[in-house]
Amino acid sequence: MDITVNILLTIATAATPLLIAAIGELVVERSGVLNLGVEGMMIMGAVGGFGASYLTGSPWIGLLAAIAMGAVFSLLFAVMTLSLATNQVATGLSLTLLGLGLSGMMGTSFVGQPGERLPNLDIPGLTSIPVIGRLLFGQDPIFYISIALTAAVMWFLFKTRTGLTLRSIGDSHTSAHALGIKVIRYRYLAVIFGGACAGLAGGHLSLVYTPQWVENMSAGRGWIALALVVFASWRPWRVLAGAYIFGAVWIGQLHAQAFGIPVPSQFLSSLPYLATVVVLVLISRNKRLTMMNTPASLGQPFVPDR
Amino acid sequence: MSANQDGTNLLEVRGLTKIFGTLTACDHIDLDIARGEIHALLGENGAGKSTLVKMLFGSLEPNSGEIFWSGQAVRISSPGVAKKLGIGMVFQHFSLFEALTAAENIALSLDDGSPISSIAAKARALSFSYGLPLDPESLVGDLSVGERQRIEIIRCLLQTPQLIILDEPTSVLTPQEADKLFETLERLRSEGKSILYISHRLEEVKRICDRATVLRHGKVVGHCNPREETASSLARMMVGNEVQAVVRAPVEGIATAQPLLEIRNLSRKPATPFSIPLKGINLNVRAGEVIGIAGVAGNGQGEFFESVSGEVLQQDAASVRIRGKDAGGLTITGRRLLGAAFVPEERLGHGAAPRMKLSENLLLSRHATDGKAFVGTGGMVKSAAIYAASQRIIEAMDVRKSAPDPEAAALSGGNLQKFIVGRELDRQPDVMVVNQPTWGVDAGAAAHIRQALIELSRSGSAVLVISQDLDELFEISDAIAVMHNGELSKPLPIAEATFEKVGLLMGGAEPGHAEHTLETA
Repeated sequence: MDITVNILLTIATAATPLLIAAIGELVVERSGVLNLGVEGMMIMGAVGGFGASYLTGSPWIGLLAAIAMGAVFSLLFAVMTLSLATNQVATGLSLTLLGLGLSGMMGTSFVGQPGERLPNLDIPGLTSIPVIGRLLFGQDPIFYISIALTAAVMWFLFKTRTGLTLRSIGDSHTSAHALGIKVIRYRYLAVIFGGACAGLAGGHLSLVYTPQWVENMSAGRGWIALALVVFASWRPWRVLAGAYIFGAVWIGQLHAQAFGIPVPSQFLSSLPYLATVVVLVLISRNKRLTMMNTPASLGQPFVPDR
Repeated sequence: MSANQDGTNLLEVRGLTKIFGTLTACDHIDLDIARGEIHALLGENGAGKSTLVKMLFGSLEPNSGEIFWSGQAVRISSPGVAKKLGIGMVFQHFSLFEALTAAENIALSLDDGSPISSIAAKARALSFSYGLPLDPESLVGDLSVGERQRIEIIRCLLQTPQLIILDEPTSVLTPQEADKLFETLERLRSEGKSILYISHRLEEVKRICDRATVLRHGKVVGHCNPREETASSLARMMVGNEVQAVVRAPVEGIATAQPLLEIRNLSRKPATPFSIPLKGINLNVRAGEVIGIAGVAGNGQGEFFESVSGEVLQQDAASVRIRGKDAGGLTITGRRLLGAAFVPEERLGHGAAPRMKLSENLLLSRHATDGKAFVGTGGMVKSAAIYAASQRIIEAMDVRKSAPDPEAAALSGGNLQKFIVGRELDRQPDVMVVNQPTWGVDAGAAAHIRQALIELSRSGSAVLVISQDLDELFEISDAIAVMHNGELSKPLPIAEATFEKVGLLMGGAEPGHAEHTLETA
């Protein structure tokens, strides 16, 4: 029993950073902007979060610093692509490369230093309930943030006027502009939100997952988050499903490797990617729904009439 | 007619000027719009109509000049400001979001923050009271162009504007739908609203407009009462000289001539959720004739053109036959080699590569058919040959340009279209398929293109023209078929075709019992 609970907890821990980064990117892409810099923003969040926590001694300050770091870093992308209308793909890729390099440089003095883990949210009485107690009431704070964030983004996108406006910009920025909607302003806010989310996801890595700083510790999670958004056809609950499927298969294959199942470890390591793609492709079979949810102006620079 | 209660016009424009680089798109424009009038804005493409309207709606800032709204000087810095003043706009290229419902589209343009359900109810009520029935829950991507226009109009009316700007509103409607629109406009006028009506269809302007302002080359060339003018006198004001009438010589013995293009039971599944399936289309185009395909935009014409041109291949190779050979499985180049030529609707992107020179664009479409002339040994391009050929086309079609061999994107839409049509005509193809040959082309150039198409057919080629412009089809076609919802009617010989008959077919009526089956959806 305890083993099952522990496995479930590790799945949640593995899925949370993917979920947060993907939900942020989902909002960005729904506004019609493709930010391939998730990996870079994430690693900057991780180094910023660890650094602030290490220097102040408070992982909570580290958490805020991670969010701020991701947001500030995404602002660079926003200025380039939105104000200067640079190519979004190239700018996003360079953001990732810059983030990986810059974080390595910033983090040289943190390597090997012990970090402090963000404490779990323990509620006396509730957490001690067998099985569900620890699953529901004994996890790290970012887990709760990730679930609340998914619900909030879903509500925001599909139930609020502002969310409708954001989706309309992603569908056709020229039409939105013709209606007097401030396309660039909305996109700035969306990109910064995405950056803050990626930063928070990075903070989860260096403050919860493995409370220390290791260069390149994001290890491609930003790219997985990006892929999740597309395979989930830009719908929040599917991103949640995808992140958890990925997390579950990831943890599962680690255990399988530990048990020494006679399957090449490379194959097992590739399973999470394969399973996530297969499942999300299966649930996105409805072409019509997919078309409706795909932001049609994704990746196109918007330059308003003079 | 112009109800000037307090002596001021609703809108006055004085000396409005907009300069793009070296081009003065609008040059000291003066315009008055009274309360309760339908005011026509006439002009050819490139005359500055859209630029003027964009300045009135706040999407462009003028370089100089003043705008007075009810006598007050105003600065319209954004569409939001225009909406606050009471200026509403129905766009020519709809500014709708395909992936959203009608109600959501309407909600987006209202800033009052009321819930979508109440907006849907309001829109439904308003649409029925104006006789423009609309289902607010429907997805815009599923709607016909006429229905989309209704959404635009309802959306505009819900903002209770004083001035409504309509940009070429009837270009996407059947004649019957257009009649309905005119009723709505007359009702709006009787309610005291003003309408700025942009069109190049002179008969319409004569029918519903109280006054007209005519633009040419960015300048106002005259104000007039269109009811006192004739269509040809209005055209003269727009163009600056007489427009040559298109001459269509009658042809003999078409019925026995060889069909050069045969479409046999052509069907196609919808490629995207919003596209139209083609259902068993049959058509023969014989040597020496021009066949026109009419239809409201979005009824499968685009899909049909893609299938005929080879942008999309067919399963059944015999469903498209060119000069008696099965071509359904051939690519565009394969079909061109059989003697066919194609002019797609979208000029930039389909018809021409925007950032390439005209001569290079010529090579792109004709490298296979004119390989010997344009490509030398080892695949080297004969630059001098393609340059000379492109200059020949530019001269034959009277293409106006700013440089000897400019990039395609540097040409105005009409001039680029002349080049693209000319590029194909220059080959003297046996089969010519053209989609929207004169869309957005000024009257003089349009007449030139139409005459050239007729002459091509009279020299023994088969010409198929897909167009939304009924006047054009009646001018050049020997028979007109109508496409509706992916089905093609039998071609009506031009002697039997009337606007009414064709209009009913465009609305989806069956050929035999056209009178009472007009679709009202």
